[in-house]
Amino acid sequence: MNSISVRALLVRGMLAGLIAGALALAVAYFLGESQVDAAIALEEAHSHDHGGGEELVSRTMQATGGLATGVLVFGVAAGGIAALVSCYALGRIGDFGPRATASLIAGAALLTVYVVPFLKYPANPPAVGNPDTIGKRTALFFLMVALSVLLAVAAVIIGKRLAPRLGNWNASIAAAAGFILLIGLAYAFLPSFDEVGKGFPAGLLWEFRLSTLAVQATLWSTFGIVFGYLTERLLTPGAPAATTRTASAVG
Amino acid sequence: MAQSAVPATGTSGITPISAKALAPWAVFFGILMLVLLYFVGAEQGATALISGEGVHEWVHDGRHLLGFPCH
Repeated sequence: MNSISVRALLVRGMLAGLIAGALALAVAYFLGESQVDAAIALEEAHSHDHGGGEELVSRTMQATGGLATGVLVFGVAAGGIAALVSCYALGRIGDFGPRATASLIAGAALLTVYVVPFLKYPANPPAVGNPDTIGKRTALFFLMVALSVLLAVAAVIIGKRLAPRLGNWNASIAAAAGFILLIGLAYAFLPSFDEVGKGFPAGLLWEFRLSTLAVQATLWSTFGIVFGYLTERLLTPGAPAATTRTASAVG
Repeated sequence: MAQSAVPATGTSGITPISAKALAPWAVFFGILMLVLLYFVGAEQGATALISGEGVHEWVHDGRHLLGFPCH
């Protein structure tokens, strides 16, 4: 009865991603920038290959306009992809309404796109990481993201197949256990990198990594809430007159 | 409509979008979004489509704080 418009969901996903990006930007700026600055100060105290007057982009611009560009574009793009995923998931993953579907997708995205790869290849502040291995580290990071997303999709499909036989609860446990086991194998067999310099403060590294986690957690939880609200208004028949009005207001 | 996975008694009452209707959107916008993510996350780091350091330097802080390998 409710035919869903892909376009309407995509627009809402990108809008929710933009709002989520704005909140994540605030967290990145107020929580993370001081650690980035501290790490750069350490880097410049040790070597001078970065310093001098030939900076392409000033630190001030990197920490404001540059940071905003990165986080907001990430938010819009991630929101768009999550909206496309929810176009497919709505009405297919079980008896979940638009808000529950949005929350599940946002939670799954945080877990598979960030937390699982992060536990193997955690984020590094400036001054940490050997420039010679950047190609390998980048490839393995994206491999870990892809592996985690594909295994999670497989776990959902297998969980749904098992549900009629085992019941929802046990099928979910079996699917999650399979996911954890395979991710554990990937952790064990993929190469690791230990490139933290001897003199780099452990406290600063820990705080920086927590900040990156806070940025992603803020982004995805905001996305889940905002996108859930927008799609609920769009799709739920119980909300009178919401459909056409939001469509014209947002689209 | 003939999706047996959708419970008729469900409160959501949502008819899934057919894969056929979704495919062109998913391909076009999916690739567009991935290109955006590539420029934020990896351009002029491990690989470069544009020569120089401008993109890398501009998104430098975002790349670090979003958790991508930067340099």
